[in-house]
Order: sequence, then C-alpha cells, then structure tokens
Amino acid sequence: MVDLDYLKMSKPQKFIHNLGKFFMSLPGRIGGGFVKLGRSIGGFFKGIALAIADLFTTFKNGDWKTRLSYLVMGSGSMARGQWGRGLLFFLFQTVFNLYMVNFGMAYLSKLGTLGTVATEKVGRKTVYGDNSFLILLYGVLTLFFVLAFIYTWYMNIKQNRIAQQIEASGRKLKSTKEDLQSLADSQFHKTLLALPTLGVFVFTILPIFFMILVAFTNFDYNHQPPAKLFTWVGFENFKTLLSSGSASYGDTFRQVLFWTLVWAFFATFLNYFLGMFVAIMINKKGIKLKKVWRTILVMTIAIPQFVSLLYVSKMFAADGLINTYLMKWHWISQPIPFWTDPGWARFTIILINIWIGIPYLMLIATGILMNIPADLYESARIDGANAMQMYGKITLPYMLFVTGPYLLTSFTGNINNFRPHGFADHLAVPHDRFRHQLQDRRRHRHHGVRGAGCDQPGGLQPDTVREE
Amino acid sequence: MTNNANVAAGQQKLRSKKGHERRVNGTIYTVLTVMSIVWLIPFVFLVLQSFRSYKLEKGGMVDYLLPKHFSLDNYAFLFEGSNFFSWLGKALIVALVAAAVAAALIHVCAKLLDRGEDSRGRRIALIGGSLLVGFVALVAMTMAMQGFTLAGSWKNLVISLLLYALAGWIMARVYLKQDSKLLRTIPGYMVEDRHQGIKKFCAMFAEFGALALIIQCILAPMTMSQYVRWYGNTLTIALFTAVIQTAIVLSVSYSLSRLRFKGRKLIMNVVLILGLFPGFLTMITLYFLLKQLGLTQAGAVPGLILIYCASSGMGYYISKGFFDTIPKSLDESARIDGATRFQVFLKIIMPLAKPIVIYTILMAFMAPWGDYVFASYVAFGHQDGYNVAVGLYNWVNTNDFQNYFTRFCAGGVLVAVPITALFLALQKYYVEGVTGGAVKG
Repeated sequence: MVDLDYLKMSKPQKFIHNLGKFFMSLPGRIGGGFVKLGRSIGGFFKGIALAIADLFTTFKNGDWKTRLSYLVMGSGSMARGQWGRGLLFFLFQTVFNLYMVNFGMAYLSKLGTLGTVATEKVGRKTVYGDNSFLILLYGVLTLFFVLAFIYTWYMNIKQNRIAQQIEASGRKLKSTKEDLQSLADSQFHKTLLALPTLGVFVFTILPIFFMILVAFTNFDYNHQPPAKLFTWVGFENFKTLLSSGSASYGDTFRQVLFWTLVWAFFATFLNYFLGMFVAIMINKKGIKLKKVWRTILVMTIAIPQFVSLLYVSKMFAADGLINTYLMKWHWISQPIPFWTDPGWARFTIILINIWIGIPYLMLIATGILMNIPADLYESARIDGANAMQMYGKITLPYMLFVTGPYLLTSFTGNINNFRPHGFADHLAVPHDRFRHQLQDRRRHRHHGVRGAGCDQPGGLQPDTVREE
Repeated sequence: MTNNANVAAGQQKLRSKKGHERRVNGTIYTVLTVMSIVWLIPFVFLVLQSFRSYKLEKGGMVDYLLPKHFSLDNYAFLFEGSNFFSWLGKALIVALVAAAVAAALIHVCAKLLDRGEDSRGRRIALIGGSLLVGFVALVAMTMAMQGFTLAGSWKNLVISLLLYALAGWIMARVYLKQDSKLLRTIPGYMVEDRHQGIKKFCAMFAEFGALALIIQCILAPMTMSQYVRWYGNTLTIALFTAVIQTAIVLSVSYSLSRLRFKGRKLIMNVVLILGLFPGFLTMITLYFLLKQLGLTQAGAVPGLILIYCASSGMGYYISKGFFDTIPKSLDESARIDGATRFQVFLKIIMPLAKPIVIYTILMAFMAPWGDYVFASYVAFGHQDGYNVAVGLYNWVNTNDFQNYFTRFCAGGVLVAVPITALFLALQKYYVEGVTGGAVKG
C-alpha cells in the first residue's frame, strides 16, 4: 500500500487497517522475541564454555602463584604483593568453607527430598525431625552462596591471569592503596552498588525464588512444618488452580482474578480521572482559596493510612456512624451491610479507595497542569474551541503522555494492592484474630481459596489469596 | 445603527458569558465545598472522639458526634505510667545547656585556631579536647538532672561517647571549616554575612541539642507506657530508615544515571522484572530470614529497619530521572580539574539534588511511619516491639474494643499531627518528585 492510499482512507478504515497490520506483525514479533531469547540463552552457555576452557589454559600457562590460587583463593595476589585483594579473596573462601561445613551442607544435601525424618512424639516429649520449610529456605540460600563462590573463584583466577600478563609485559601491578583509591574513582560504582545489591539479593531475589519453588511443593494446611514434612509435587498445584470442577479451585480462581482486574481497573482509572477533574476545578482561573482546597485534600495523604483507613472502615461498620445516622433519620430501617455483604463490600472498598486516591492524583495532576504552556489554551480559545475541546485536545493528551508510566505502574500496583482489602478483611470478621495472624497467613492460600465463594461473612477474604 | 446594534449584541453576549462563568464557578465552589466536607469529616470526628470524656461516656463507639463532655482522659491514658513529661522537661533543659556549651566550645576553638598556626595536630587536639569537655559536661548534667547512676551502664556510656565523638566531629568539621583555610564561619556570624552566620549558628545549636537528647535517651531512659514505647519504636525505625534508605537510593540512582559500567543495563532490567512481583510474596520468607538473624519479636526494631532498607535500592527511578536532568558537562569539567568520581558525587551533584534528596527522605520517613503489615509480622506477639500502627490496630481489635475506641482516636491524632505538618510543609517537593520522575519516565 502506498502512503497516499492510506491518507485517503476514512478514520474507521484507517483503524481497521492499523489493527490488521498489528495482528499481521504479531507472529513475527513474538517469533523475534523467542529468537532473541534463544540467542541470549545460547550466548550464556557459550560464555560458560569459554570460561571453562579459559580455566584450563590459564592453569597450563600459569606460574606457581596462579596455580596455587586454584586451591587457595587470593594466594596468587598475595604472593604478587597485592595484599588487599588477596586477603579479601582468602577471607571469602574461609567464610564460605566455615559456612558450608557448619551450616550449608546439611541443608543443601536435603534439598532434593526436603527432609525425611518426621517430627514424632515420644511419650510426652516432641522429637523434632527435619523442617522442610527451613531446608528449602536455607537450601536455596546455600545454593545462591555456592554460585556466588564459584563466580568469585573464577574472578580470582582471572585476576591472576591478568596480573601475570601485566608482569610479563614489565608493567607494575596496582598496589593495595591504588586499589582502594580506585574504589572512589574508576570503580566507584562498585562502592555505591555493593550494599544495595547484596540487600536486594538476600531480601528480594532469594525470597521470590523461594516462593516460586514453594509453588511446586505440597506445602499447605495439612503439611505444616515443623510438625509435618512437605515435598516436591511438580505442577500439581497449577493443575488444581486452573482446572474446573467441584474438587478444584479453578472457578474460584477465575472469580478472584476477575474481581482483581475489576478492582485494579476501578482503582486506577476512576481515581485518575476524578483526581484530574478535581485538579482542573481547583486550577481554574477565578477560583479563589486554591491553597486551602488543596491542603484539605492533601491531609488524607499525610495522615497515616492505618489511622484514616481504620477509622473510615469503622464508620461503615454495622454499628458505625453512617448506619446509625441513616437509621436515626429513618432513611433505612436496618443497617446496610457495608462490610458483610460481598457486593456492598466491594462497592465500599472502591469508594474508600477513591477517597484515599483522589488527593494523590490531584497533586500530581496539579503539578503537570501547571506545566502545560498557557499559550496553547490561548490560541485554542482564539480559534473558538470550547472547554470540552480544549480538554480533549490539549489537557488529556498532555496528561496521558506525562503520566503514562505512572498509570501503568499504578495499575500493576493495584493488582498487587492489599492494604484496603487487608483492613476490610479483618474488620469483616468479628474476632480476636490478631493472635492467630501468623498461622493464618501461612495457611492463607488454602484458607482464602476455600472461602472464595463469597458466601461467608468475610466475603473479601478471597482477595488476599493474591498476597501469596 | 447596525453598528450600535452589533455593540449591544456583543455586550449582551459578554454579559451572558459572564453569567455563564459565574454559574460555572458557583458549581465548582459547591462541589469543592462538598468534597472538603467529605474529606474532612473523618478527621474532625477522629479529633472530636479523642476528646470525649472516658470517665463519663466510656471509650466505645457511640451514635452521636459531639461528645457531651470534653476531657483529656484518653490522652492521659496514653501517657499513664510514664514519666514522659517530667523527663522531657529535664531533658530539654540539659539539651539546651549542652548545645550552648558546645557552641561556646566551637567558638573558642575557632578563635584559637584562627590565631595560631594551622597544623593538623593542633586542630585535632583542640577539636578533640573540646568535644571531650562537651561530653563530660553533658554526662554530668544528665546525671544531675535525671538521677542517673553509672553502675552497670558502662556499655551505654561507651556507646554514647562514640556517638557524641562521631556526630560532634562531623559537626565541628562542618562549622569550623571553609575551603582549606580554617574557619571564618563563626566569627562570620558577627561580621560578614550576619544573616547566614546566625542561620548556621542556629542549625548548629539545634543539631547539638538533638544529639544531647539522643544521648540522654541512652543514658537515662524514661519509664515508658505502652503507647510511648510504640511511639519511640516508630520514631526510631522511621528515622533510621529515612537516613539509610536515602543513602542507598541516592547511590544506586547516581551510579545508574552517571556512571557507565558493565552490567548496568542488566541491573536495570532485573530490577524492572523484580518490581513486578508483589511485595507480599516475600513476606513469609523474610520473616524466617529475620528470625534466623534473631531480629523478630524482641529484635523487631532493627529487623524492621533492615527490611525497609534492604531492598530500597529498587526504588531508584524517580531520583535517577532527576539526576539525568543535571547537565553532564558539570561532571566533566570537575573531572578535568582532577576531582575523583566520589568528589563529583559529593561536592557537585549532591548540592544540586536538594529537592530530590528531600523527596526521598520524606518518602522514606513516611512509609515506615504508617506501615502496619510488615510491622505486625516482625513484632508478632511481642508488645514491646510494636510500632504505633500495630499497637493501635491491636487496641481496636481486642475483645475490649468498646473501651479502646476513643483511646485509639487519641493515639491516632498524636501520630497524625507531626507527619501531617511535615508533609504539608514539604508537599512542594513531593509534587516535584512525582511529576519530575514521571516526566522523564
């Protein structure tokens, strides 16, 4: 098709044409993605093969210092006078060895079975056997540590090879002092990123990895460590989750997923447009006391949510302020089940979320609205555009352009948002649940899914299924 | 004739336009007023309930808004069994005097250093000596006022000495030093730029006062009620988190924005993917990791600080966006002048990044201040390790709920007031941070 033909088309035709083009190109794009993925995986293995080959050649060509470092990390560097590096390598190896002997080995060796010795009761005493949970957790931790060790070991040898080359060419090696100085200069990123990376590794990557692995075990209400063991079950859980039928969770899962998406949609876009609307109202020329309106709304952001959310949800309770006043005025004869009826509860949650969310969007939108050049509106007005047109052609595109990434992140964030549901969940059931909370969480997946028919008082409970 | 008619029609149109405008504005005012009422009502109620008399009306939820009897019963309950007010009074006096002593010492130091020759040894001796004098004076005053006995507190004494030495050393360096030449600052507040000098002096005074307060907390702790303890926990967690998290976020975003190294793109991609996993996914695992480190229940406060800070490097987007806007030529010219990358970071970028630093601190402070979910896990079942959120939540959800509702309100007010004031004062930076980050994507 020539460009001219495209230009001749009417709007719907253009749309259909573009849509068709998009779907036509889809297979190619997906295929391209797979090719890329395959290439990077291939590259990864190639890199490993190269590294192994490298190890052999280095050993063959290396002097005694280099060869010694294969066994005792850092010894080569120390023998060459690079004490700082050498000591660090040596220290790392010592720590690793101590860790493996005293702690890691025991867990790593049981990782395949997740423990075989069950906890038993001998007379009155409980004899603790293996704890599958800890075996899995520390097994994974040890696995990560081993990988880190292998990498460091390889680095140690590489260091030696380079040092040997430098020595052979007659140049001088870096002294410890120069090493330290380079950490503030050419290697500054290492200084800055060392701690944050370690933190992310141990406290984000490790737990996520662990939880992914848990999805392949039968860890549930009936297999609670330390009393019971659990073990690997492959894809069993996914099957149960996705298949339909009375014995499975498929329908429930779909229901929960549907509500999650509905919730995320409302929570994101309703807030977005209402917030923008409020910001436009406040920023309109001729409106006075702009600061006062803004400050009143912003207070909701500033006040800790556990205070405001708890108080507001109490207001909606059966004996809360709203119900009592509505009854006092004889508008209703019995309390509206804001929390106890699933339909109402969803409505209430979205309502409260709007109450929480509008101020954030209002603030953001205010900042952006002020950045829109005023002459755009000026010229639009001269051309005879009305308020709606100016909104549709100037304000909205600008806002969407600037807040696009924000919208996306807040949509995914709302899919994972737990807070409003969390409070509602706990308020819905009259209880003393706090004490049991931890156990509760552990069995939440089970619990949540079981109650997900939305037919019980804690109608919102199923949503917490997402948190696992 | 037609001309006149045209003008008349135009005026008519203008008038109707004005009328239209007025109607629109009227609607907007109505909507805004209604919104303001809806948004404010919960907080007004919260405050009103918190002042309801506990003795006469009990602490439960009631079906009327205005308390029949106003009193401070609920607030008194929060501080029951704590010597908070007398402790605070004495501590403030000590802090004031200690800050005055420190200021005087720095002043004397400055004069002496200005007079004699500028040698490293002399500088260290003078500053170190005056710091020691200041510390001894602080301890003596604390002992006298708070009735503190030294027995069995050597550890605390050493900790506070180290703290005083470290913080005092940094402060002394800041106030005594200008370029490589020693001080002109403190005498400066009298002569050169009077306004600047006084401002600096006040800042120094406040910082030494705060230091003295912290040291008193270590050396002569107050007896605490439940609520005061929770509040203290929250404050400690939030302060430490704010400092550490800011340092981490800034260093990550700086290195990803300004430095070029192998694996930079990889790090950014990995963080992007990790960000898609919900935080709750990792909660149980984190609990067991912390447990292994002994940082749950009794160790909840350091444990929570660790959790809040550990992964905070992943939230680098907004400040990276800000760093990206600072012209690269600044770095380059500094590098040509022989500055190391560390110096560029500290001396060139940091002073320019003030808005984003404040934004990061504000966010890092507010998140743990109101956090309930993680705090309830880590402190699980150990009352002394609760933060205010967990404690108060616990109050409204006990079986004794009817007695604790107004107390919850009072506690909520005390938590909300300082953070609200802080946020309102700094909201400019919040908007700047959020929109700035969004614009640069």
